[in-house]
Amino acid sequence: MFRYIVRRLLQLIPTLLGLSLILFLWLHRLPGGPETAILGERGTPETRAQLRHDLGLDQPLWVQYGRFMKRMFTGDLGVSINTHRPVVTEFMERFPGTVELTVSALIIAIGLGIPLGYLAARKRGGLLDYSSVAGSLLGVCVPIFVLAYLIKEVFAVKLGWFPSAGRQDVAIDATRVTNFYVLDGILTGEWDAAADALKHLVLPAVTLATIPLAIIVRMTRASVLEVLGEDYVRTAQAKGLTERTVRGRHIMRNALLPVVTTIGLLTGGLLSGAVLTETVYAFTGIGQFIAESIDHRDYPVLMGFIMFVAIIYVTVNLLVDVAYGVIDPRVRVR
Amino acid sequence: MALLEVEDLGVTFHADRDVRAVDGVSFAVDAGKVVGLVGESGCGKSVTSLALIGLLPNQNTKRVRVDGSAKFDGLDLLRADRRTLRDIRGREIAMIFQDPLSSLNPVVPIGVQVAEVLIRHRGIGKHEAERRSAELLDRVGIPDPRRRLKEYPHQLSGGMRQRALIAMAVACRPRLLIADEPTTALDVTIQAQILELLKELVREDGTALIMITHDLGVVAGLCDSVNVLYAGRVVESAGRHELFAHPTHPYTVGLLNSIPRLDALRGEELTPIRGSVRDVLAWSAGCAFAPRCDRAIETCLTGPPSLEGTNHSFRCVNPEVVP
Ligand SMILES: Nc1ncnc2c1ncn2[C@@H]1O[C@H](COP(=O)(O)OP(=O)(O)O)[C@@H](O)[C@H]1O
Ligand code: SF4
Ligand SMILES: [Mg+2]
Repeated sequence: MFRYIVRRLLQLIPTLLGLSLILFLWLHRLPGGPETAILGERGTPETRAQLRHDLGLDQPLWVQYGRFMKRMFTGDLGVSINTHRPVVTEFMERFPGTVELTVSALIIAIGLGIPLGYLAARKRGGLLDYSSVAGSLLGVCVPIFVLAYLIKEVFAVKLGWFPSAGRQDVAIDATRVTNFYVLDGILTGEWDAAADALKHLVLPAVTLATIPLAIIVRMTRASVLEVLGEDYVRTAQAKGLTERTVRGRHIMRNALLPVVTTIGLLTGGLLSGAVLTETVYAFTGIGQFIAESIDHRDYPVLMGFIMFVAIIYVTVNLLVDVAYGVIDPRVRVR
Repeated sequence: MALLEVEDLGVTFHADRDVRAVDGVSFAVDAGKVVGLVGESGCGKSVTSLALIGLLPNQNTKRVRVDGSAKFDGLDLLRADRRTLRDIRGREIAMIFQDPLSSLNPVVPIGVQVAEVLIRHRGIGKHEAERRSAELLDRVGIPDPRRRLKEYPHQLSGGMRQRALIAMAVACRPRLLIADEPTTALDVTIQAQILELLKELVREDGTALIMITHDLGVVAGLCDSVNVLYAGRVVESAGRHELFAHPTHPYTVGLLNSIPRLDALRGEELTPIRGSVRDVLAWSAGCAFAPRCDRAIETCLTGPPSLEGTNHSFRCVNPEVVP
């Protein structure tokens, strides 16, 4: 298993190299450049050329790419053209919010989706089954920002149960350690700060969770239904095993295989959904920053961001493969 | 009193139209005896056995109706509550299924699948269960049992898988074993070995066995008594010797004539029963076998023939030989 993981990690390197090259070329082909964004209408051809030279953009693309790669391998993603701060610093401040949001949404989606999908399958044709199918259809169809506004309107504005914006109440002066606000509160023992951060997290996380939740419910339901018809489930019952053993060891361990794969594929959509959700809830994550960086053609930020997302995506899918191998011995043998 | 007494067992599936898969089946199994349920595919053998242990798909829902009674040691299995049934299954009554590969959980090691029966019914710990599982694998003829415990079903051959399933079934020394075509999915040479193993195990443990098969040849070497099923009903029932010596129902005769025989003369052809199980008549209209029967006469279509006789009973108005 360990060697399998190492091998997979090594396979990542050429993938990421190829990906970075393609994205680099694509970014630099986009019309307009940072100099247009910075100088706007005021720029004369001379000042633009001067700026391009200062930013190193007048050099051949392969030289620029080489410089980018060299820096990246030392952990340096350069300086933002727009904010003039190191890209790594910007990310350290903003990524934790997005990760916190995404992970919470995943926990909600998995924690609710799998049991609901199982119950819907067991009580096939029952009320829960119908409502979960209907609910999951809705979850997939309604655009996320519509849903975000709706949830915010009802639970934050009308009912006032949860805050409507931000990650932390301004009145709370919390100590920052990792920029994962909930985690910071726990690490420093500032419980009220942790609770407050959690409260701010609820609505965005629920919003972001709806689509993956809907997908996981449907996948689990279909998968459990299929497994319920398998001979080995009947064998397990013929042994007189308790319902718990039959469910856990014989039904779910098999039924989860396709669900695990689905969860891996969901991460991409989850990250883009996070960007939209952050905007609605003024949740300081990476979303807003990336939107601005696109406007400014902030190449270092965008390249860094894309590489980051690619690494997360690939890592999650590696984790999924490993989980798959842990569950299914037939995969492990290869 | 017999260990298992099945009385008038009936199973109806309520689908688009009602399917009466099993219709008034009665038979008894004495302790330590081997009883055969024989018939072509689709005659209701599996449905009968699953109904007994309460594992028909959707049993106890509106979609399936099970009637009659099945007294196991005095307790009616068809009316027992789920908890009682769960305690009986695997401990008192165990089951072996047809397809060993699909009947084993592909993602759980063989050892766990054997040990879980012991842990459930014997209340022993993991280590003790593992030790006993190895003994069981050894007993059913799986070489190198310690290593096999850690393996998964796909790593075993078909014969070894069936042996593993048998190990699970005999783990708690049940009083009744139901084997539903345990050799059908296997190679001919392996079939003989598995039958031999089953025979040995039930003799050693004094376990009663219901042997389900479409092959009268299997019955010949194993069963004390035989029930021949056709379209959900018992059409002939007798002791093994009696049945082979004096087959009475045309269907039984047809089955016997279609067994390959070692002493067959050169050029002597096997004569399969003509037509197929799909050519059935509803029992209510007459003998269900009539469309395929060479001895059919007019009375066969006037109403369902009844089961006649006590020790050797048959359901036919124009039998082959009157015993
Ligand atoms: N779940 C079910 N729903 C409807 N009909 C069924 C079901 N299971 C079995 N049957 C019908 O019952 C009859 C007997 O099936 P079965 O007992 O499996 O035959 P076999 O003797 O080959 O084991 C068949 O005609 C089959 O179509
Ligand atoms: S009752 Fe008639 S049709 Fe049926 S088996 Fe006997 S002879 Fe044949
Ligand atoms: Mg069958």
